[in-house]
Amino acid sequence: MRALLRKVSDQSIENFIGNLLRYGVILAAMVVLVGGVAFLAKYGRAHPDFSHFASEPSRLRHVDTIFLDAFSFSARGLIQLGLLLLIATPVARVLFSVFAFAFQRDRLYVVVTLIVLAVLIVSLSGA
Amino acid sequence: MNWFTLDLTIFAGSVLAGLVGALTGLGGGVIIIPMLALALGIDIRYAIGASLVSVIATSSGAAAAYVKEGFTNIRIGMFLEMATTVGALLGAGLAGLLPTNIIAIIFGCVLVYSTWLTLHPVGPQSLAAKPDRLATKLRMDSSYPDQGVEQQYHVQRVPQGFAVMSVAGALSGLLGIGSGAVKVLAMDTVMRIPFKVSTTTSNFMIGVTAAASAGIYLNRGYIDPGLTFPVMLGVLAGAWLGTKVLVRARTKSLRLLFAIVILVLGLEMIYKGLTKGL
Repeated sequence: MRALLRKVSDQSIENFIGNLLRYGVILAAMVVLVGGVAFLAKYGRAHPDFSHFASEPSRLRHVDTIFLDAFSFSARGLIQLGLLLLIATPVARVLFSVFAFAFQRDRLYVVVTLIVLAVLIVSLSGA
Repeated sequence: MNWFTLDLTIFAGSVLAGLVGALTGLGGGVIIIPMLALALGIDIRYAIGASLVSVIATSSGAAAAYVKEGFTNIRIGMFLEMATTVGALLGAGLAGLLPTNIIAIIFGCVLVYSTWLTLHPVGPQSLAAKPDRLATKLRMDSSYPDQGVEQQYHVQRVPQGFAVMSVAGALSGLLGIGSGAVKVLAMDTVMRIPFKVSTTTSNFMIGVTAAASAGIYLNRGYIDPGLTFPVMLGVLAGAWLGTKVLVRARTKSLRLLFAIVILVLGLEMIYKGLTKGL
């Protein structure tokens, strides 16, 4: 009975997560699309060279500066913001799982999920 | 080639990659990188960055449909993600140290190996009869619906599975691919998880694993907005099309064709890597 209850609540959690991911991806794609159209309108005729790696400018590489860039309606900044939203969808999924496991009083998996979340945050913060 | 033509070409190729990836279940990343690096002459580091973003897009997009089927085992997924995300961080770190031609050679080898896996699929595994002590402690055993009957399964060999997952994570971080084939293989043959559960759980893990290395790639300037946006939108459109036109009957010949294509691409990546053409 307990196992069944756990399975049922696992399932409703998963349904919520499914919708979270769906809307996250749709939102990210819309932001990227707006940025992409603006980008092509502005730079469509320019000739890029990507045969050699030259890194991106600093403002397009960090979470905080991407937000600043996007809110000044720079085309590249908007695309990066959309990509950040996309990267955030699995992170949100992990974050939500922390609460879901806590709700189930599953301490072991709260710790497991927090470890995964910590690794993701370390990566995104650029440490 | 100007931006407009370049992005239109990348978009078209990405739609195709997303479509084939969805139809064969092999993901689009393995085509995106050769397309950008070999066909369009783009530095492999930008190609890896763009591919990684597409991996997250397909994983999160497909997960929305998968989780409703009730096969995903979030405990197994979350536990193994400790291995894949740390592996991904190490892989992404390694990508910054290795010369690009070595990365190309490793990528080529993974493609050749994927071809082998596609041509020699692992048959359905018999489920383990007895529970494993560690898996029981970790509450990994569960059940899934199989033709209307709840089928119980007992997860086996957790430490070995964890080790293989670290390697899968490192490959994902190093090459910007989902490495779903390795993940499914580890769960099926090592941990004896039923195929339906392992494929959906693997998809769940791919997005989180890719997000772990995406942060590093972004910070290092590997993710170029102008190159990445047509890849992301194209792969999403292709994967969406794939779910609409899912023709089950032709999947086998499509997988064969796909296997041959990635074999050729793999060999070319190895050749270019050896001759320092990439």
